[in-house]
Amino acid sequence: MDIVDEIRALSGKYPDRRGALLPALYVVQKEAGWLSQEALDTVSRALNLPQATVKGVATFYSMYKHRPMGRHLIQLCTNVACMIMGAERLVDLLKEKYGLEPGGTTGDGRFSLVVMECIGACDRAPAMLVDTDFHAGLTADNIFRILEEYE
Amino acid sequence: MERFLLKNIESPGSADIDEYLRVGGYASLKKAFGMEPADIIAEVKAAGLRGRGGAGFPTGMKWDFASRDPKFPKYLICNADEGEPGTFKDRPILEKNPHLLIEGMVISAYALKSERGYIYLRGEYPYAKAVLEKAIAEAYGKGFLGPDITGSGFGFDLSVHQGAGAYICGEETALIDSIEGRRGQPRIKPPFPVNVGAWGMPTVVNNVETLANIPLIVSMGAEKYSAIGNPECPGPKLFSVSCCVERPGVYELPMGITLREIIYEHAGGIRGGRELKAVIPGGISTPVLTPEGLDCPMDFVNLPKRGSMLGSGAVMVFDDTVCLVKVCWRAMRFFEHESCGKCTPCREGTGWMRNILERIENGFGRDGDIELLQDIALSITGKTFCPLGDGAAGVVLGFIRNFSEEFRYHIANKECMVNEGA
Repeated sequence: MDIVDEIRALSGKYPDRRGALLPALYVVQKEAGWLSQEALDTVSRALNLPQATVKGVATFYSMYKHRPMGRHLIQLCTNVACMIMGAERLVDLLKEKYGLEPGGTTGDGRFSLVVMECIGACDRAPAMLVDTDFHAGLTADNIFRILEEYE
Repeated sequence: MERFLLKNIESPGSADIDEYLRVGGYASLKKAFGMEPADIIAEVKAAGLRGRGGAGFPTGMKWDFASRDPKFPKYLICNADEGEPGTFKDRPILEKNPHLLIEGMVISAYALKSERGYIYLRGEYPYAKAVLEKAIAEAYGKGFLGPDITGSGFGFDLSVHQGAGAYICGEETALIDSIEGRRGQPRIKPPFPVNVGAWGMPTVVNNVETLANIPLIVSMGAEKYSAIGNPECPGPKLFSVSCCVERPGVYELPMGITLREIIYEHAGGIRGGRELKAVIPGGISTPVLTPEGLDCPMDFVNLPKRGSMLGSGAVMVFDDTVCLVKVCWRAMRFFEHESCGKCTPCREGTGWMRNILERIENGFGRDGDIELLQDIALSITGKTFCPLGDGAAGVVLGFIRNFSEEFRYHIANKECMVNEGA
């Protein structure tokens, strides 16, 4: 299915086409891992919404990305429970090993890192999402074993 | 206590519809279809169920307001935007017992005469999304969703709406904005969503755990249900217990159980046998308690008497190695990040307080900083559309009220009172 048709099909779940805006942004973000101007224009056309409306919404929510991301997105929680259980040390280690800073991407385009607010895994803190995979109980050792799996 | 909400979740196939049916699932729905919608609302009222998302508003009353509004269509929205730091209680329902939620939603929809529902699921739960979508497809397949559900003549459609990383969308009017495809910014109330909600129509927004209680109320009846827990706010309650305990996790216990029982009898006590220093009882937005609060019953009535709140029931336990100035700073960084920017006191105040806490934490605190924090906090309280600002202010005031010595030490000595990792 053409991406415009896919977006228009989503709007069938809502009483008006604007309801489909958040899911539509996910659909176009899936293509390249981020929202280019072209991607925003596609949504704007498909839902017949002003470009300013689409951009205004897309920039409000932190899970929509506005520049290219690495092949794998590490979303590491640093909120209170994860902080107490050692998340800050993991942030330091990612910097040491990959030169990866929060908000940054490795030179080879392999990983991007975003430090997150709570991801709801406080019982097995510290925790992260890599793309859509969930990993918890992270330590200085196992975090790199886990990340090795993501080329 | 017998578990109702987390019943059978250890079973490997607990999320499958066949397994759910095997343990008696969807029997409450059948019973509900034999009742009048108004009788179900009366039953939920009589049961005394109060919303489990944090505010504790009586669910039956909310339903009553929505059902009295003559406008149609009406919308039913499940708030699965579980974003309050420390909270992970809805996750086992979403991931392991999704049909309990769906059954609860169909019964609720029937009571409210709503034909369209949404589950607003936080973007950070991709696995739960997959489970829910599969469960919804199964429910359609067996005729528990769609037109003419099990020959009742009642129809209800349900889909998942994925959030995108905005804590504020847990606030019901911001959530409605977000479902409508807008920036999630709280609306002024009144009008309340029960009259003017999604697309201007009467809308009920209920938390996952609240809706998961509905099949139980229908099957047990209000009288038996309200015998569980505290008579003033009865029922089973899910507690997420985290940080410095031996066995962190989600515990289903009667409402009104004490913090002491939760921490020491269920969560295994303080890790490594260390000393308890402080507890946040209901998620990061609820004021911190000292160990003197341990015998306080965990419910919507007793915690406010202690200067805190039940919130989402997220118990965050801190031992004597934790620097509370740092916890307070990290909490404020969260509020600053999540403030939607609509109300000036919250937008400006959270950043300002974070800045002051950061300098105290880093050894650059100044005389008068504590009083300044209190002044800013009091200038936010009660002056914003939604409770995010009040929460941020309450957190700072709570830490200062109970642990001012630690803040003063930090400012005077430019260092922590505790040796972290001791």
